[in-house]
Parts: sequence; C-alpha cells; structure tokens
Amino acid sequence: MNTENSPLKTTRSGVALPLREVPVLPLEALHNAVADGVKSQWRVSSLFAFRRDGEDAAHMMAVLADDAASLLRVGMARIEDTRYPSLSNRCPQVHLFEREMHEQFGLVPEGHPWLKPVRYARPFPGREPRAQNAPRIGAADFYHVTGDSVHEVAVGPVHAGVIEPGHFRFQCHGEQVFHLEIMLGYQHRGVEEALPGGPHKRSLSHMETLAGDSSIAHGWAYCMNLEGLAGTDVPMQAQTLRGVALELERLANHTGDLGALAGDVGYLPTMSFCGRIRGDFLNLSAAICGNRFGRGLLCPGGVRSMPNEEETAQMIERLGAAERDVREAVNLIWSTPTVLGRFENTGTVPRKLCVELGLVGPAARACGVEADVRVNHPCGLYERAPIRLRTAHYGDVNSRASVRWHEMEESLAFVREHLDTIPSGPIRQPLGALAPDHVVATLVEGWRGEVCHVALTGSDGRFLRYKITDPSFHNWMGLAVALRGQEISDFPLCNKSFNLSYCGFDL
Amino acid sequence: MTAALLHSLFHVAAFCMLPPLFLGAINKTKALIAGRRGPALLQVYFDLFKLLRKDMVLSETTTGVFLAGPVVAVVTAIGAGLLTPVAGHGAPLVFAGDFVLFCYLLALGRFFTISAALDTGSPFEGMGAAREAAYSCLAEPALFVGLAALSHVSGSMTLSGIVEGTDIAPISVIALVAAAWFLVLLAENSRIPFDDPNTHLELTMIHEVMVLDHSGPAFGLVLYGAALKLFVMSALLSAVALPFGALHPLPGWAVFLCAMLAMAVIIGAVESGMARLRLNVAPKLLFCASLLSAFALVLLARA
Repeated sequence: MNTENSPLKTTRSGVALPLREVPVLPLEALHNAVADGVKSQWRVSSLFAFRRDGEDAAHMMAVLADDAASLLRVGMARIEDTRYPSLSNRCPQVHLFEREMHEQFGLVPEGHPWLKPVRYARPFPGREPRAQNAPRIGAADFYHVTGDSVHEVAVGPVHAGVIEPGHFRFQCHGEQVFHLEIMLGYQHRGVEEALPGGPHKRSLSHMETLAGDSSIAHGWAYCMNLEGLAGTDVPMQAQTLRGVALELERLANHTGDLGALAGDVGYLPTMSFCGRIRGDFLNLSAAICGNRFGRGLLCPGGVRSMPNEEETAQMIERLGAAERDVREAVNLIWSTPTVLGRFENTGTVPRKLCVELGLVGPAARACGVEADVRVNHPCGLYERAPIRLRTAHYGDVNSRASVRWHEMEESLAFVREHLDTIPSGPIRQPLGALAPDHVVATLVEGWRGEVCHVALTGSDGRFLRYKITDPSFHNWMGLAVALRGQEISDFPLCNKSFNLSYCGFDL
Repeated sequence: MTAALLHSLFHVAAFCMLPPLFLGAINKTKALIAGRRGPALLQVYFDLFKLLRKDMVLSETTTGVFLAGPVVAVVTAIGAGLLTPVAGHGAPLVFAGDFVLFCYLLALGRFFTISAALDTGSPFEGMGAAREAAYSCLAEPALFVGLAALSHVSGSMTLSGIVEGTDIAPISVIALVAAAWFLVLLAENSRIPFDDPNTHLELTMIHEVMVLDHSGPAFGLVLYGAALKLFVMSALLSAVALPFGALHPLPGWAVFLCAMLAMAVIIGAVESGMARLRLNVAPKLLFCASLLSAFALVLLARA
C-alpha cells in the first residue's frame, strides 16, 4: 500500500529516460509494486514484454499512470522462466495484458483465471509459423451456460451494418443475457511487429491508420515519443494546432455516435442531422490539412500545414454553424422522453467494476471516475490552456451519452478559442537522432480514451520494441460486463454507447 | 348490379396496387420530418420489381414451409382485404361474423410467417418468432374487445355493418376503439414504438429478423405481404374512425384515398417523434390497448 517507497522509476508522459535508470526488479517485487500502485488509484497503462538483442529471456515492463500526481511509474523485471505466477487475481486490470504476453512471447501466467488467446496471432515478431494445434479464430471454445431455456446466440464476424468484424457469443435465458463473450483478432495486421528496427518511413502512416477514427490521437502519441527520444521542442504553433485537431476529431466522432445512438433506438431526426453534422466537423479537419481524418497533418517535430488567416476565419464561421446545428440536434435527444427511457438504466457498469477493470475515457467518466489524460497528464496546448473534465454518475448508456455531449461542449469552446489565437512562426523543428537505449511513454486522450504508446530504443538508436495500447484494449471487457443481465435486444445500443475500435484492439 | 361489380373490381384493384404507395408515403413523411429528401414515393414498387427479377438462395435445411410463409402471408392479406370495408363503402364480401374470419386470416398469415422462420433453425429467427408470437397474443384482445364494442353499438355482425354504424355510435366509444386499434396496427405491422422497420440490428428486430433468410422473389412477397397487411389494417381503422355511412361511389373513394394519405402521415409522424420502446416495456402498451377497448365496452354497457 505504501506507494511513497514504490521501487518504480518516476517519469512524465513524453519524457525519455535512459533504460538503465529503469529499475530491474525481481518479478515478485514488480508485481507487488503494480498491485500496490493500483490499490492507491494508479492505473496500468501498459504492461508488455520484450526481448533484448541476443537474449533468450524476456523482460516485462510495466507503465503505470499516477493521475493524481501527473506522473508515470515505470519498472521492469527479467523473466528467467517462461512460467510465472499470474497477477490477474490480485489485480484484474492486467488480465488482458497477461494474455497478450502469453500470446506474443509464450510467457505462461500460472493461475490466470481465463488464459485464452487475445488476437489469435502468431508469436512476436510474427516470423514463426503458427503452431499446428494453436487455437484458431472463430473455432475456439466458448464459455458455455447450460440448463432449461438457456440458448446461445452467435453474432458476427460479418455484421448487417458496414462495421468492423468481431464475433459475439451470447449465453441467454429468453431475452436476458447471462454472459457475453467477445472474440476479436480478425483484423490483426501486425502493426507492432512492423515497428522494431524503426522508425521506418511508413511508421507514421501505420500509426495514423491503426484505428482510422483516432488518427490524430495515435499520430500524436507517436510523434511525441520520437520528440521525447530526440529531445526536440515542438513550436507553440504546432502544439496549438495539434490540440485543435485532436478536439475536432473528438467532435466528429462524438457527433456521429450520438446520432447513431439515436438511430439505434429508432429516433430518426437526431440520427439524420448528426450524420450530416459529423461531416461538417470532418471537413474542418480537411480544411486544416486536406484530409478529413487529419492524416498527414502531424509530423515528428511539429505539423506539416497551417491554415492562414483567411482560412482560419472561414473555419471559425463554419464551426459556429456546425455548433448551432449540433446543439439543436442533440438537444432533441434530451427532450424526448422515449429516447431517455431507452438510455437510462441500460448497460450499467458499476463504478467499482469500472475501477477494477481499469476502464478509460468516456466509459470511465460516465461512472464518475475522473480519468482524462488531457487534465491528468497535460502536454502541449493542454498545459497552457486547461480543459474542463466532465463526468456523469450512473455508468449507463445515458451517462455515456451525456458525458460525450458535455465533452463536446468543452471541445467546441476550446477549438473556438484556440483556432483564433494561433501564434505565427515556424510550424516544425527538424527531428534529431533518437537517443539510444532509452525508453519513453506517452499518453494522449483520444476520443475513446487513453492512448498509450511506449517506445524502447536499442543501442543503435532504433526501436527495440514499440508498444501500443488503444483505449479499446481496456474497454472491451467493460462492454461484456455492461451486458450482464440486460436484454439481448439492448446490445446494439450498449455497443454503440462504447463504440470501441476493433482494429485498434487487433493492431 | 354493374355498379356493385365495378365497385368490387375497383376495391380489389386498389387493395392490390396501392399498399406499396402507402408505405412510400410513410417513408416520405419520415424523411421530410427528419430533414432528408428521402427515397422516391414509388421506391417500394422499384424494390419489389428488383426483387422479383433476382435469383433466390434457399438454405439446405429448409423445407416447403419456408416458401409457404410468404405466399400464405400475401394470400391471407388479400383475403382480409376483400372483407375490409372502406370509408363510405361496404366490402365486396360481406357475411355475418366475417370479422372473425378477418382476424384469423391475418393470424393464419402470421402463423405461416412464424413457421417459416422456425424452419430455418437460425437462433435469430427463432428469437424473432418468439417475440412476434408474444406480441400478437397481447394484441388480439384489444382487437376483439373493440370489435365486440362496435358490433354492440351498431347491432351488426359484419365488418361493413359495423363501419356503417359508427356514425351513430357515441364519439367516446369510437375514440377509445380507434386509439386501441391504432396501437394494434403499429404492433402488428412492426412499426415504431414496437419495432423499427428501418433497423439493420438483427438482435433488436421482431418482424424483420424472421425473414432474414428469404431472398429474391420470396423476399419480394414478404415485403408485399407486409405492405398489404399494413394497408388493410389502416383501411379498417380509417373506416371506423371516420363518421361516414354509405356515400356515393365517387366521393366515397375520394374520402377513402384522403383518409389513407392522412393515416400514412400520422404513422410517419408518430415514428419520427418517438424512439422505439424497450422490448419488455412494449407489452405494457398493448395491455393499455386492451384496456382502452374494454373501457369502450364498459361505456356501452352503462348506456
């Protein structure tokens, strides 16, 4: 419990650290430090394994976020044997990380409650052929409920709408869902596997398309890692524009999702309006850099383009129009009792479970958890101009929807203010060489929640390991929990209220 | 004699040709309220022609019941249409107790639709079948108690007689039965707030999920049958709700068409103004419908 004496090394988001300064603890000590940290409200942002060149034994590295102190805590352990005692029972947040390390590096957490594959991928770095008897996606065993009137419903991986592939297995009793099991991995493309030896020319593009609707968030985290490793200072102009672009990304996605939530309960006006207004926000991103998802805007050291005064004035005008429209469209939701009747008390995640599972982003804030990287680990523009953190209380669909709307209100004001005050000057600094044998971890608050990128460099100053944790990695389990005891017909609504990324999880 | 024959022919033609247009009018209303241009008024016809030209994919696990579903649904709906009086006219087919046949023709169509859904063995379709069966059980009392009330007030045992009698019935009775039947109409035809005809989310569907495996011409029949049923029920409701006895043929048909247009707009407006109810709340609304009908009967018993 005593975190003052935590053996973990203290650092900040985006600040590089020589690898030799990260303490190499015995595994038990690392586990204790993680468990103690989580008890005092730290969160596990990333937990991953890597191998050093020419070594057979793997290392495990933990990155914990201490939100209250705006600090990151880093520690690692050398794992001599491939089997080790699991931490998941003491600290449920790490259950998926342990499964991931099992899949990627063959490390077996003994006593893990449910050790099954994460993405059905080949072992890291994906060069070895798949084992003959390895479980295959779609054909693996599922959790089974038996008894009178218990039935199983399988949905996906091919869905009726134009969405990403994923398989959902419901154990139902009549209309009631006892358990939902989610199988992902259909979109595993090997993003992490492509990064060692980098940065490559294509790496930034990989980041921007890793989860297509979070291009800015992932691109920013990547750029910040490189800037941290190279010791490059990003000019004020670029910092401001990055903040504006991130908030525009949030606005577009929240608008689209609020509209889709209305559509899922059959409330057509908001659905139609928001579908169009989402495009207005995307077009504002396009006005900055020529791409509606903000691809090609960021580059290590700054940004690639900057709107001139005339363009900025136009953008502010268009932002005002979009704001008026979106207010009107979304307020229709709050004034229609039948819509609220569907949202309230649907898909509730209890706050205690939310904290235990380490949910992030709007899903956590809807339970009243004050987790927002922009506030707790501010960088760039957010350091100079704090943004207000908004939470809700009940953890149901309505809370998730209202948190998103309140965030939009903050974002609208934020974008309006900063778009007008971008200082003039250089928009990027050349990036120097990356420091060898360093580690850097960056947190960015994407619209879904905390995006965490950790980069380790080898002695040649190139990536030894690059670990990406999308918010969806934390939150999919939250969706499964939200469905317990719900009506199966409410699943689409619950699912949309989280709207998690399949490809961001599958990497 | 020839006038009656002409009238009957026109009745059959109208009931066979107009249902897709009725659906188109509802869709257009919804689109306009949501600020969209929406599909063309005749889009449902285009869809039907497209589907008729397509090939059909039949699952290997299905039997003849699977194809009987859509066929029986269309035939029974046409049969019910022959028994349906319209505002200002009697039906082509009238006999004592015809309203029992009317109700159970629609029930027969539903029975075959449910059987066809179960025939596929898909968990989705079974789920939809269970929901459809449950909802229709709850809708039936509202329909029959309403019929009993109207039959009592008009002193007639035929649908046409009942409709002609509505102009002498107390307005409160008509209003109660019309409200109850409007809920039944929405429930039976999978409209909002009971079901969402536009959704692609198979887990939430009732009617649509039962026909997921039908394709091509069979699916065309499903769409057409559903449109027919909606049209027939709307025609009956408008005939009951409007205080027109026997009219001259020409103004009679004009009244009918205007009434149907108004029905389409009302349904479209209702669907635009509210969300779909949660699946376990919707039955309560059907209980309310039954209560409304029962109140109509109670009012008459007192008088």
